[in-house]
Amino acid sequence: MSAATQLDRRGFLKTSAAAAGGLLVAFQLPETSGAAVTSASLNAFVHVGSDDLVTLIIHKGEMGQGTVTSLSMLLAEELECDWQKIRTGFAPIDPAYGGFQGVVGSGSIRSSFGPLRQAGAAAREMLVQAAAARWSVDQTQCRAENNTVVNTATNARLSFGALAEDAGKLPRPANVTLKTADGYSVIGKSHKRLDTPEKVDGRAIFGIDVRVPGMLHAVVARCPVFGGKVASFDDSKAKTVPGVKHVVQISTGVAVVADNTWSAIQGRNALRIQWDEGKTASVNSAGITQSFVEHMDQPGAVAKKEGDAEAALASAANRIEASYETPFLAHAPMEPLNCVAHVRADACEIWAPTQMPSAAHRAGMSVTGLKAEQVMVHSEYMGGGFGRRAADDYVAEAVQISKATGVPVQATWTREDDMQGDLYRPAAYTHFRGALDADGWPIALHARMACPPFGGLRNGVSSTGVEGVSTMPYGIPNILVDYHAVDPGIPVSYWRSVGYSQNTFFMESFLDELAAAGKKDPLELRRRLLANQPRMLAALELAAEKAGWGKPLAAGHGRGIGIVNNIGSFTAQVAEVSVMGGKLKVLRVVCAVDCGQVVNPAGVEQQIQSGIAYGLSAALKGAITIDKGRVQQGNFNRYDVLRIDEMPKVEVYLVPGHAAPSGIGEASVPGIAPAVTNAIFAATGKRVRKLPIAVGELG
Amino acid sequence: MAIQFILNGKPQTIDTPPAMPLLWVLRDTLGLTGTKFGCGMALCGACTVHLNGQPVRACVTPVGSIAGKKITTIEGLSPDGSHPVQRAWVEADVPQCGYCQSGQIMTAAALLAKTATPTDADIDEAMRNNICRCGTYQSIRQAVHLAAQMRSGGAR
Repeated sequence: MSAATQLDRRGFLKTSAAAAGGLLVAFQLPETSGAAVTSASLNAFVHVGSDDLVTLIIHKGEMGQGTVTSLSMLLAEELECDWQKIRTGFAPIDPAYGGFQGVVGSGSIRSSFGPLRQAGAAAREMLVQAAAARWSVDQTQCRAENNTVVNTATNARLSFGALAEDAGKLPRPANVTLKTADGYSVIGKSHKRLDTPEKVDGRAIFGIDVRVPGMLHAVVARCPVFGGKVASFDDSKAKTVPGVKHVVQISTGVAVVADNTWSAIQGRNALRIQWDEGKTASVNSAGITQSFVEHMDQPGAVAKKEGDAEAALASAANRIEASYETPFLAHAPMEPLNCVAHVRADACEIWAPTQMPSAAHRAGMSVTGLKAEQVMVHSEYMGGGFGRRAADDYVAEAVQISKATGVPVQATWTREDDMQGDLYRPAAYTHFRGALDADGWPIALHARMACPPFGGLRNGVSSTGVEGVSTMPYGIPNILVDYHAVDPGIPVSYWRSVGYSQNTFFMESFLDELAAAGKKDPLELRRRLLANQPRMLAALELAAEKAGWGKPLAAGHGRGIGIVNNIGSFTAQVAEVSVMGGKLKVLRVVCAVDCGQVVNPAGVEQQIQSGIAYGLSAALKGAITIDKGRVQQGNFNRYDVLRIDEMPKVEVYLVPGHAAPSGIGEASVPGIAPAVTNAIFAATGKRVRKLPIAVGELG
Repeated sequence: MAIQFILNGKPQTIDTPPAMPLLWVLRDTLGLTGTKFGCGMALCGACTVHLNGQPVRACVTPVGSIAGKKITTIEGLSPDGSHPVQRAWVEADVPQCGYCQSGQIMTAAALLAKTATPTDADIDEAMRNNICRCGTYQSIRQAVHLAAQMRSGGAR
């Protein structure tokens, strides 16, 4: 990426199309598959240069998910070039070419699979046409392979570079034929990541590593209470700290700008600020739980209704009920939030490690009042994102500080700033009631759910609050899911796998409770309820077989299942745990996934491993708690995360298939918590209904 | 006050307050950004560098305390990414986002310098204070074993 990251797209296009020649194919990578393509929405480019270099400029960001590698593979499959030699760059946001740019919802491969291969095929066809004209032969006599076009009658070869200029003058073919799965030579085979070498020697430039001439470093003092504002401040001591250059008030607090980050932090420590803490100052975690509980007696907005759950519950042979709760969670990416901005009278340049360059661009316009074409966003490598970097708050702050000081500024969040100024995974509460028939099979399920909403309410329901329960794959005849939006004023947003992250824990745990109440094996019950869900069932069967489900285990050991159908994929996990001497150990996780056509199996395995670590970290340890409107955790000492000695042995199995590729980055996060807690139940008979797992209560 | 030390094999003189953590001297004063800021409290390991060959957290190491000593950062671990740990990291394709990996590599290199053939338990002990939020731990373990083999000439 380093070679191309700083490419100015306008310059790139101008240079490529006019001066230096070569072949340029512009196309659109939509946010999700199926979006309409317009000439104004082109946001990705393939360039074949007369120097033989193939360059792919993409609108997706790289936060660890391997997008750069797998998108290069898609291009190479049709372009017939050496994919490992493709130069890649992130498209700087430029409204002249418009189009959405962002990486959310595990959508990079899903949305790119068709368009990127079509662009590669179009470029290949144009190169073949150019070669046919050069040799004065029919193009059926020419074939592209390994960065060249071959004359199949004479075995003569012309390099892509030698043909690029001619090909660039040809019209783009209206229709191209894409390979079918049986013809793939790159797709479906494991490949190493393209970005590894620069990530082992310190060369890779993350957002926090951006250095711009004349740049100063800033930190911001924000109100410790959410929604609070600056009442007044005294910066006289802060300004005497060596290295401090400016102190400016911005919308979110007071920024201290200095020669280096440390001096800025020292300056911030010397500020005296009176805060108007606002109404959230009385909020605490116990009160939030209490407000959830109070809503459990009242009907909520209906998210899903099938059959008549109330009637079935009233007449059932056996009924059970249970309440579940999960806490707020921080994203805690290893790279704390940061952004570089340089605002001038007529331009604003932004360097951001962002999942949403489009949002960063809008933030730049909004703060400066500049026109769209005057704001330029450079996407940088992200040191993790997990949903946090889909927001633009940290971009807007940097732009405000640069605007106020007139110099390029890097605004860096300390770990405490990042953890206490997050947009959290919502705390959530669900009360289940389930009914069984005389044979012990479930006939009704009612889930009453409550959590802070985001992303808007539709008929009173936040889809991110109920997904994972309302979307359950199980064939239970009578289902009611209702929802209460309870907003205590703590900012919430997307956290890797979103609502599925807590709701799959709720759903899969209570399903296990139904199995136990009906004296059914958890696998046997799921098999029966998934009879009409062949892909989900196949993933479950594969995981169960590989895990040795049903085989005897030592005392204190247990296995548990967690399944989920999110981001288009079907993921089943079987966890094996031991609970002995007051210690919980997650020993082994077998994960089977059906994500359709796999582009890079090694990349899928990485993401499955990653999601399991992320979800397990939350299940074992993650909790953000609130007191007096403040987050009580500030760093990894009080918000501990998974360590190497706690990482289970993870085995990944792919369900073979050629269905359209589905997402993978969030696929394995939801299922791990219930797989572990269900395994704890199998080992100990103790049901965990609250996360993080209170190991001390397991005996 | 000028402070002199050896940085990646070369003499370095800086003029900063002695209390300034080495991390910010490296990143903001000297522009060596391979050493990462993660927590500022020696809790995550992202800023690990070698001080006279020992792994230390640059975020809590006052630059005044390293006068006359040798500092090695990820940029100086090898001239060309050829340190066995770096080669093993590439071979095992360890990094995802990659942000923590400078610190992971520096900790692993220090472990192998002390313990040529570490066991899983040795790796756990040495590496458990280096956090990775992408969950590359299984690959890290594999790569440390691989690097040990490479150092002993057992592989490539």
